Amino acid sequence: MSARFRRLVETDRPQVSLTVDGVSVTALAGDTLMVAMLTNGDALRSSEFSDLEPTDGRRAGFCLMGACQDCWVWTAQGERLRACSTPVQGGMEISTHQPEATWATIA
Amino acid sequence: MGDHRVIIVGAGPAGVRAAQAVVRAGLRPIVIDEAARAGGQIYRRPPENFQRDHEALYGTEAARARAIHEDFAALLPHIDYRPETLVWNVAEGHVWAAHEGETQAIPYDALIVCSGASDRVAPIKGWQAAGCYSLGGAQIALKAQGCAIGHRVIFLGSGPLLYLAAAQYVKAGAEVAAVLDTSPFWLRVKAAPKLAAMPGLLWQGMKLLGDLKRAGVPVLTGVTPVEIEGDTQSGVSGVTVRHKGAVKHFAGDAVAMGWHVKPEAQIADLARATFAFDPATRQWLPQTDADGRAGNALYLGGDGARVLGARSAEVTGELAAMAALADLGLTVDADRRRWLLAEKANYATFAKGLAQAFPWPHELVAAIPDEAIVCRCEAVTAANLRASVNTAHAQEANRAKAFSRVGMGRCQGRYCGHASAEIIAAARSVSLEKTGRLRGQAPIKPIPVSLKRNDL
Amino acid sequence: MTQIHQSDVAIIGGGLMGCSAALFLRQRGMSVTLLETDKVGRQASGTNFGNVRRQGRPIFQLPLANRAIRIWRDSPQLLGADVEYLQSGHIRVCFRNRPENIGKMEEYAALAREEGLDLELMSANALREKFPWLGPDVLAGSYSATDGHANPRLAAPAFARAAARLGASIVEDTKIVHAEKVGEDFRLTAEDGRQFAAPILLITAGAWAGKIAGWFGEEIPLTPRAPTMSVTEPVPYAIAPAVGVMTPDEVETVYFRQVARGNIVLGGSTRAQSYPDDYRSYVLPQNTMTQFQHLRRLAPALANLQVIRVWSGIEGYTDDALPIMGPSAKVSGLFHAFGFSGSGFQIGPGVGETMAELIATGATDIPLEHYAVTRFAK
Ligand SMILES: Cc1cc2nc3c(=O)[nH]c(=O)nc-3n(C[C@H](O)[C@H](O)[C@H](O)COP(=O)(O)OP(=O)(O)OC[C@H]3O[C@@H](n4cnc5c(N)ncnc54)[C@H](O)[C@@H]3O)c2cc1C
Ligand SMILES: Cc1cc2nc3c(=O)[nH]c(=O)nc-3n(C[C@H](O)[C@H](O)[C@H](O)COP(=O)(O)OP(=O)(O)OC[C@H]3O[C@@H](n4cnc5c(N)ncnc54)[C@H](O)[C@@H]3O)c2cc1C
Ligand code: FES
Repeated sequence: MSARFRRLVETDRPQVSLTVDGVSVTALAGDTLMVAMLTNGDALRSSEFSDLEPTDGRRAGFCLMGACQDCWVWTAQGERLRACSTPVQGGMEISTHQPEATWATIA
Repeated sequence: MGDHRVIIVGAGPAGVRAAQAVVRAGLRPIVIDEAARAGGQIYRRPPENFQRDHEALYGTEAARARAIHEDFAALLPHIDYRPETLVWNVAEGHVWAAHEGETQAIPYDALIVCSGASDRVAPIKGWQAAGCYSLGGAQIALKAQGCAIGHRVIFLGSGPLLYLAAAQYVKAGAEVAAVLDTSPFWLRVKAAPKLAAMPGLLWQGMKLLGDLKRAGVPVLTGVTPVEIEGDTQSGVSGVTVRHKGAVKHFAGDAVAMGWHVKPEAQIADLARATFAFDPATRQWLPQTDADGRAGNALYLGGDGARVLGARSAEVTGELAAMAALADLGLTVDADRRRWLLAEKANYATFAKGLAQAFPWPHELVAAIPDEAIVCRCEAVTAANLRASVNTAHAQEANRAKAFSRVGMGRCQGRYCGHASAEIIAAARSVSLEKTGRLRGQAPIKPIPVSLKRNDL
Repeated sequence: MTQIHQSDVAIIGGGLMGCSAALFLRQRGMSVTLLETDKVGRQASGTNFGNVRRQGRPIFQLPLANRAIRIWRDSPQLLGADVEYLQSGHIRVCFRNRPENIGKMEEYAALAREEGLDLELMSANALREKFPWLGPDVLAGSYSATDGHANPRLAAPAFARAAARLGASIVEDTKIVHAEKVGEDFRLTAEDGRQFAAPILLITAGAWAGKIAGWFGEEIPLTPRAPTMSVTEPVPYAIAPAVGVMTPDEVETVYFRQVARGNIVLGGSTRAQSYPDDYRSYVLPQNTMTQFQHLRRLAPALANLQVIRVWSGIEGYTDDALPIMGPSAKVSGLFHAFGFSGSGFQIGPGVGETMAELIATGATDIPLEHYAVTRFAK
């Protein structure tokens, strides 16, 4: 998966690491979660309606200002984070899939 | 007199100037802002550990940005500042604010809303692909994070921000594939007299165009967007437009799209402002008097009331605060008020010029192909929306929303509302005004079911 | 001279009751004019939770509910439209703090069975085995496999379109401001002066109906209230049944259902006032908060979900929470069907069919004595 975002300036910052879908990735302190993920990959999540609308698929956010809600990702605990307005923290475990997919088995 | 409870929502240029005026009157306002650091959109600040100085970040507006940031810092001991706090509802004289999973109802005697703006976007076939961003979003990536939204970026839309953001990208070393403006150049010439109300801003605009041309970026005006190409997996791969009778294709992995900005008027709506249709910009706007009074102890300032730009936001934020203070029975400086009103009038003339020079491309929107997605949140196509009008006889925006789900998604219609109204109006062959306005509903932004009150 | 629009039956109010009555009256060959202030199905009928639930209704209401369920099942053919009716089950649970409800559930199930409604009583463990998202605060429940839910935004307009196809005149944007009986006919006047006449008048004007009945000397107290609704972001479809809490305490009465596209509709807890004269209802944030609080007891897994929208609607409540259905006690030719007190959606099509039958034939097998308007006569 290639990076979607390209860093241009402010690259002299300490590194932090996190996991995205179990894979360890490196970001910079001060990154939003969105930048952390999109400098390591090309999407944040998938549209819930890809099966209904064949031209719809993976999503990578839209507004970056907390207005469109297209950038929600999930923690291992099922908590939602709005990637464009959440600062990255070392040790985060992020999932790009809705945890409710496994609801039927939650006790 | 310290008993008057004043709440200001927003710590952008409008909110900061409003807070200053309220503090000057001897009151201690509550200032609520969703962002972690004050400054608002245009003077948005990167995280603390970033290095660029104000000149690098804000260019020609550096001095203003510095003033806003420093003045706000000086206000801190005199205000109850609540950053990272979302106002998600307003009801019965209370603002409902959420912070770290908890919420409380805060009563007010005056509510000054300086909530700013968000991008006005036209749906283009393919815009749901990963790699499509709002123009403002593209600028935020650079300003607040030092990143470009892609390796080869296409700018598509209209308005001064299109040229500004593209020029900022070029300057920062990003590759800009093209700037594609839907407005024809001659409209700019026609609007020149109004734009001359702000000669400095007009000059800045021309300089940006020069910068882009010098960098060899193709700048096309009067384009008709055909499609944003890409696929569901890897996202955007290019943009196709029609220009002067020819079809032109630009390859790129990112698109920044926007047609000016529009007020974030949801708080005003829930606080029961009245809205009126503005034919010049083809949208519904909250109604205020010249000072910013919207009734029911509600005052609106900055771009959240009407988009007049950052400089004007400082003026209208202060005016709104003065109106609130006057209504609370405090004395305000009448000369200052008159001066502010005159300034505001100037900005309003300039804004009219901008609307004329860079119009919202309503005919393009009305004609988008059936297969294009109108609502990104719910993946609703133009065909679905048109069917709700033609088959189910939805005759206005809220009804079409109920039938087709356009505007029912998590962005609350922010990015499809204007476009869907155009499509409905065209499908019914009625005026845009007749299709009505999508009524605001809480929450202003999503809230989790885990949200708990901490004020009981 | 203004022209008077004449028909066999005039209906005031285009909610689910009025629209379905119009369809079934047409099926019986009567000419019908339905008058609606705004657009059909936009008020309570278009804003409700969408429960198509029989269990929990008074036992004497089950024949009406059964009639309705048949119509819901046949709705795709009857209406030529999909109103998203899903017979995916309904669970009614009680919380641990109200163990006395178990006995009530058992009693109810025994009586319901005689009316043809099969309910399966389940212990907490059995419930959680089948519906793992139920919380530890759930003590027991009653499962109805043959209840379900539908999309309220689509239902009443689909009935109206079907009625119009059969020749009913559906007159929208027409507020009736005056009605009286002149000789054999009811004479109705719209706000803009248009007039409508019919020998039979059916009032299905929801929360507004008390006022209209008042024009004919019938004082029927209706309290306009606004139930609290919310909807979450879409999540993978995993919850088939609609779920609700049985409790005497309004603040605890919460319920939810998941639509096939994935959003979960949340409802209940304290209701607000609504304002029929202004056609307005507002959700009070404090009620949204108590709704979340009790939903977390019911299904803790909901806690992570984001609510993207709240709304409410205008509903008329009677003092005994039962509707008024049947002929007027004062004026011949006048019929009432309103005051559904927060539970009219499921029975709606049954109400329409029953009122049509009553109007066309003068009688119905559906027991209506509990709904008689005479119970309000002081
Ligand atoms: C992304 C973007 C980029 C822009 N770039 C430029 C530019 O380069 N040049 C230019 O002249 N103009 C630009 N604009 C236009 C901009 O609106 C104005 O220039 C200026 O920022 C307006 O100031 P304001 O104080 O009215 O609002 P803003 O500066 O937008 O401030 C509004 C504040 O309110 C807060 N807020 C809003 N809603 C809530 C809520 N519900 N709860 C809590 N807090 C809330 C926000 O967090 C924000 O800090 C841009 C606009 C956008 C949206
Ligand atoms: C938020 C909410 C949630 C609910 N949840 C459920 C549920 O889950 N299950 C359930 O079974 N029930 C539920 N209900 C109740 C159910 O929605 C109602 O009982 C039912 O829809 C009532 O239908 P109606 O046709 O009587 O009224 P309405 O749908 O309100 O229709 C009455 C119509 O009369 C029109 N009218 C009024 N005055 C005039 C006039 N003068 N001239 C012309 N037209 C007029 C109005 O405009 C309106 O359209 C809920 C209600 C609400 C508001
Ligand atoms: S990208 Fe729009 S809310 Fe995050």
